[in-house]
Amino acid sequence: MNKQRYVDISVGLFMLLGLLALLVMVMKVSGMADLISIKGYQVSADFTDIGGLKVRAPVTVAGVKIGEVTRIELQPGALNAKVTMKLRNDKRIPYEDSSARILTEGLLGSNYISIVPGFEDEESKDHPYLRSGDVIAKTQEAIILENLIGQLLFNIKK
Amino acid sequence: MLELISRLGQRGLDGAQSIGSSGLFLLRVLARRPDLPRLWPAIRAQLYFIGVLSCLIIVVSGLFIGMVVGLQGYNTLEKFGAGSQLGQLLALSIARELGPVISALLFAGRAGSALTAEIGLMKATEQLASMDMMGIDPLGRIIYPRFLAGLIALPVLSLIFTVVAIYGGYFIGVQWLGVDSGSFWSNMQAAVNFRLDVASGIIKSVVFAFVAIWIAMFQGFTCIPTAQGISQATTRTVVYSSLAVLGFDFLLTAMMIGGW
Repeated sequence: MNKQRYVDISVGLFMLLGLLALLVMVMKVSGMADLISIKGYQVSADFTDIGGLKVRAPVTVAGVKIGEVTRIELQPGALNAKVTMKLRNDKRIPYEDSSARILTEGLLGSNYISIVPGFEDEESKDHPYLRSGDVIAKTQEAIILENLIGQLLFNIKK
Repeated sequence: MLELISRLGQRGLDGAQSIGSSGLFLLRVLARRPDLPRLWPAIRAQLYFIGVLSCLIIVVSGLFIGMVVGLQGYNTLEKFGAGSQLGQLLALSIARELGPVISALLFAGRAGSALTAEIGLMKATEQLASMDMMGIDPLGRIIYPRFLAGLIALPVLSLIFTVVAIYGGYFIGVQWLGVDSGSFWSNMQAAVNFRLDVASGIIKSVVFAFVAIWIAMFQGFTCIPTAQGISQATTRTVVYSSLAVLGFDFLLTAMMIGGW
């Protein structure tokens, strides 16, 4: 009887330990990043060249992550890239004059989008902040190292 | 010469036949209505034997493997000045590969071989035959609970292994080598995606559990019922399940990286 109870308890503890391990993997190791999807709104921006930007790349303001890229597609007419990103609800960005740039983390790092907020304009009271479905008009394409080197060589030869 | 060729053909036929009969064996074990409430005591006893008693070897080897990966990874990363990426290296390599594979290999060596020997001895002492005579299906009473217990136990063991290994690497990297604790965890959390990395590790370990326990059960159930036969079957269990685990690991990784 006593032995049976010991077996029961240890099997129960074993399963609990497994659940605990799963919890650690979810909370501590993967940071809950995509289980609880952030509440946010979608905005898009058109870029002539996105370089190596990928879905799930971070979107930052002043270096602080406020969202991520959710979709990248090629516009059929203009043949430029439409990047859709999801930004957190609680961070409001002025609509007027905000611009999006594709930057690189360090020299060899991955690409991310940096949004430079514009001014809060007195005249645009009816649409002060970016909201769902907006398109960021001002964009700057990714700086691609090979293109820069190419231009440099071209100029030197001239 | 012809003799040699015919012997080769015989080998091939034998191999194909044993693969087919192991498939039929699996089908006969699994194609039944699971009567869980009645089987639960047997499953619980097997969970104790397969899972709880394997905990010690899993925890100890997880701790040491995590510490070794932490040490090796830090020394290599530090050459590029990227020592703070240690958390990412550790979590990805262990959650995706080392955790499921090494716990499956340990599981095959510790639990699989023991199950083969147990069932082989049952067969040698004609316990299985007498169960059959009494109208009790040995597949349902002996094999099925062990199968389910193995399927539950290995994923749990592999999760425990992964967590212990990551904390082993944390211990080495942060406490001993001086990586910043904040950047260790935040780099890890930025890089690890639950669905792609953690869940794929769990799927792998479920597949490994299925394969390892299937081989162990089949080898035990079909062994030659002599002392030598049981020892051969036990050896074959360890060899075949280790090879199968490594082979399936490559296949699954290729599938997961290729996006299914």
